[in-house]
Amino acid sequence: MLPFIAAALIPFIYRRFKNVHLGWFVLVVPAVLFTLLASYIPRVANGETFVKTYEWIPTFGINITTYLDGLSMIFSLLITGVGSLVILYSIFYLSTKESLHHFYCYLLLFMGAMLGVVLSDNLMVLYVFWELTSVSSFLLIAFWHHRKASRAGARKAMIITVSGGVAMLAGFLMLYVASGTFSIREIIANLEVVQASALFVPAMLLVLLGAFTKSAQFPFHIWLPDAMEAPTPVSAYLHSATMVKAGIYLVARTTPIFGGHEIWFWTVSGVGILTLFWGSFNAVRQYDLKALLAYSTISQLGLIMSLFGLGSAALHLGYSTSSVIYTQATFAALFHLINHSTFKGALFMMVGIVDHEVGTRDIRRLGGLMALMPFTFTIAVIGSFSMAGLPPFNGFLSKEMFFAATVNIMQLNIFSLNNFGLIFPVVAWIASIFTFIYCAIIVMRTFFGKIQPDRLEKPPHEAPFGMLISPYILISFIVGIFIFPNVLGHYILQPAMASIYPMFPSSEELTPHIAAWHGSINTELWMTFGVIALGTLLYLSLKKWRPMYQIFPQKYTFNAIYERIIGSGESYSSRITNRYMNGHLSYYFIYIYVFFIAILAGYAVYADVLNWDPSKDSAIESYELILAFVMVFAAGAILFAKQRITVVLLNGVLGYSVAFFFVVFRAPDLALTQLVVESITTALFLLAFKFLPKIQPEKVSNTIKITKAMMSIAVGATVTLIGLAVMNYDKFEPISAYFEDAYNLAGGKNIVNTILGDFRAFDTMLEVVVLFIAGLGVYTLIKLKAKKGDADVESK
Amino acid sequence: MKVNDVILKTVVRMVVFIVFTLGMYLFFAGHNAPGGGFIGGLVLGSGIVLLYLTYDIETVHKGMPFDFKKVAALGVLLATGTAIGSLFFNAPFLTQTDGYFNIPILGEKHLSTVTLFEAGVALTVIGTLVTIILSISEDE
Repeated sequence: MLPFIAAALIPFIYRRFKNVHLGWFVLVVPAVLFTLLASYIPRVANGETFVKTYEWIPTFGINITTYLDGLSMIFSLLITGVGSLVILYSIFYLSTKESLHHFYCYLLLFMGAMLGVVLSDNLMVLYVFWELTSVSSFLLIAFWHHRKASRAGARKAMIITVSGGVAMLAGFLMLYVASGTFSIREIIANLEVVQASALFVPAMLLVLLGAFTKSAQFPFHIWLPDAMEAPTPVSAYLHSATMVKAGIYLVARTTPIFGGHEIWFWTVSGVGILTLFWGSFNAVRQYDLKALLAYSTISQLGLIMSLFGLGSAALHLGYSTSSVIYTQATFAALFHLINHSTFKGALFMMVGIVDHEVGTRDIRRLGGLMALMPFTFTIAVIGSFSMAGLPPFNGFLSKEMFFAATVNIMQLNIFSLNNFGLIFPVVAWIASIFTFIYCAIIVMRTFFGKIQPDRLEKPPHEAPFGMLISPYILISFIVGIFIFPNVLGHYILQPAMASIYPMFPSSEELTPHIAAWHGSINTELWMTFGVIALGTLLYLSLKKWRPMYQIFPQKYTFNAIYERIIGSGESYSSRITNRYMNGHLSYYFIYIYVFFIAILAGYAVYADVLNWDPSKDSAIESYELILAFVMVFAAGAILFAKQRITVVLLNGVLGYSVAFFFVVFRAPDLALTQLVVESITTALFLLAFKFLPKIQPEKVSNTIKITKAMMSIAVGATVTLIGLAVMNYDKFEPISAYFEDAYNLAGGKNIVNTILGDFRAFDTMLEVVVLFIAGLGVYTLIKLKAKKGDADVESK
Repeated sequence: MKVNDVILKTVVRMVVFIVFTLGMYLFFAGHNAPGGGFIGGLVLGSGIVLLYLTYDIETVHKGMPFDFKKVAALGVLLATGTAIGSLFFNAPFLTQTDGYFNIPILGEKHLSTVTLFEAGVALTVIGTLVTIILSISEDE
């Protein structure tokens, strides 16, 4: 909640303190949250969980429930911790000339949404926050919105993640149908019911679709490199700690529900391992340092994803001492998740420094920076070594565990693993070689070799101290975790294991003791030796085999497919839009009325509700007849009016007669509203009157006239029929019983008002918002027309 | 063209107060009698529009230096704010409460948080109404 409040406060702070960098104020938010969360660590490590519920829509079981257990602890610590560092870094990265208040507003929104995703127990609330992350990341990626690439990248990220999110929503609804609850904890508690349901597998696949799109898994990974158009602090944040990890979180969170199913195992681990390979394979061909890191993120996410898939096999076997070794994969996944955040964050910040101080990120123009930027060089070396999985850094430990998990999985006898299990270690090994190569590229191409001062845009020099603080904190973690891995294992990872394997009795046993040296040279270590040897060899001969990438034609990449779909979609829809949006108001009314008649009259006939019983009607009074006659007369006269003012006045007569009807039928609220609204619209009409052209005698053919007349009669008949049918409609339960007790329930004697303000307040609230938006729409439409000269800013 | 509108100006000067009073009455009466935020807002808004029609924009703006777009925004914030506010008291979204309070001079009065919600509605209605009419009439 705090980030949202802070985001709302930003504009005020921004105006008050123009001279101080806004980031200093923003920094307080994640720092406070981090400290707060950290104070819970010892209690969470003891197995405690914290639940707090705020009722939101209790009727549908949708409540804002925050649920803090080991798993959400890891993620929220990452979000706030890396968030603090990123904001600290951005203070020095972004100059005060940028529109910082927008930037930090989006960033805080994003942070709040991410915390919402990982802390909420309710699936619907999770979904709301999930889409909020999509929206706020869209704003962040398009922060430099004057650049076309930024906008395209943001749109791509938005389209892919939101369509995945909608699929996920469908999956959640299926889970709700199967289990009858939106609470994740309750679903896990009633697992048998859910698993027996026919909707179990479709729900699983849809939820996975959401997770895969968000976490940029193959083949949805294409949005991630384009999201690099964002300012570097944003990339560092989105990639190391948050956005892309949301999918991982979802998989981890739903593992107790779906894990243990064969389809889950193969989809998660298969897609993960494929992404691992594809990302690392493509990273090697990149020339832009940031794009290279983007592909490395994709591949690392694939690694974590595949580990969660492998670990879910343990759920299939049930609890036994032999299955405990498979839970190691999950443990490695969580461990690597943290490690990835540390080294990827540091590397992004390093690239940002290079970009900031040198002016380019193209490795063909970089080189020899080691002597000039020694501190940045240190970050690069430690970060890349950790990513490549070399000792003495934390990446080595988790990479070893990854290899161990892939080797172990071959021994399983389920899911036809004895036939296909071999692909896991093999693909993992090949992908690791590529990982080693691109890590070498990052370090060697940027910092070694000859410097080319004429190809750089700025004279290179070391970064300011402030910009180095954050990456240095991160690399100290990289080394620190390597030296004391079991501190992390006990306090952070063990409670998370307990929440992924809730039905396993003891999380103590699930937590392996991490050691840098196993005491003997085992398979994993041999694999690492192989990676180093072959990787070095391939890196040195890079020039010879790199052209191989050109063989793969550009036309068939997923990116090109995406571009084609979007491109053709745009041209088709604009063609269709131009066809029906022809600027004639009367056509728009025709569309509206055709749908109106088709849906309402169609339904009335379909549901057979047209049973009108005249005998039940009350008697008609004479003054009612007079009123009706006046209205019919006015309506008829409008048809033959030759001047616009007559039409306006006759319309007024109609409106006032309706108001009189309300008076006659004792509905003073409606009558009052109708009277005031009628007066104001007539006044508006008269205001706008002098801008409108004279009525032209329409020269239209008789067929069009007849069609329009038919249409009018049909609309009138539909409305009349509905009015008559409502009297006898008994398909739904009447809600009037609900309003009988208005005074006791809402404390108001005016029932219309209690309906508006209490019983149906949600409608009223949204109506107010709609009214406001409509008012703004009118305002901007009229105001923008005045400045037509610079109206086409968008098309630049 | 100079229009002689002394009568209009004199009449409006008195009528506007009646309209405003009626608007306020309707707004507060809403809970137990016909009226409420929407109607009250409409009446108040039409009073303001009447002022704008009689006098020119600068004169009215001197008397009521509000940006009506901001008034509308404030209204929306108030309406949604009271809705969210109930969450802080551990009650479902949009819960409203009421009670009888003994206020010094006025005696025992019925106060309700719906009034706040309705005030948001009223402000939105006023702001939007005036914004629309002003922007249409300014467009020349």
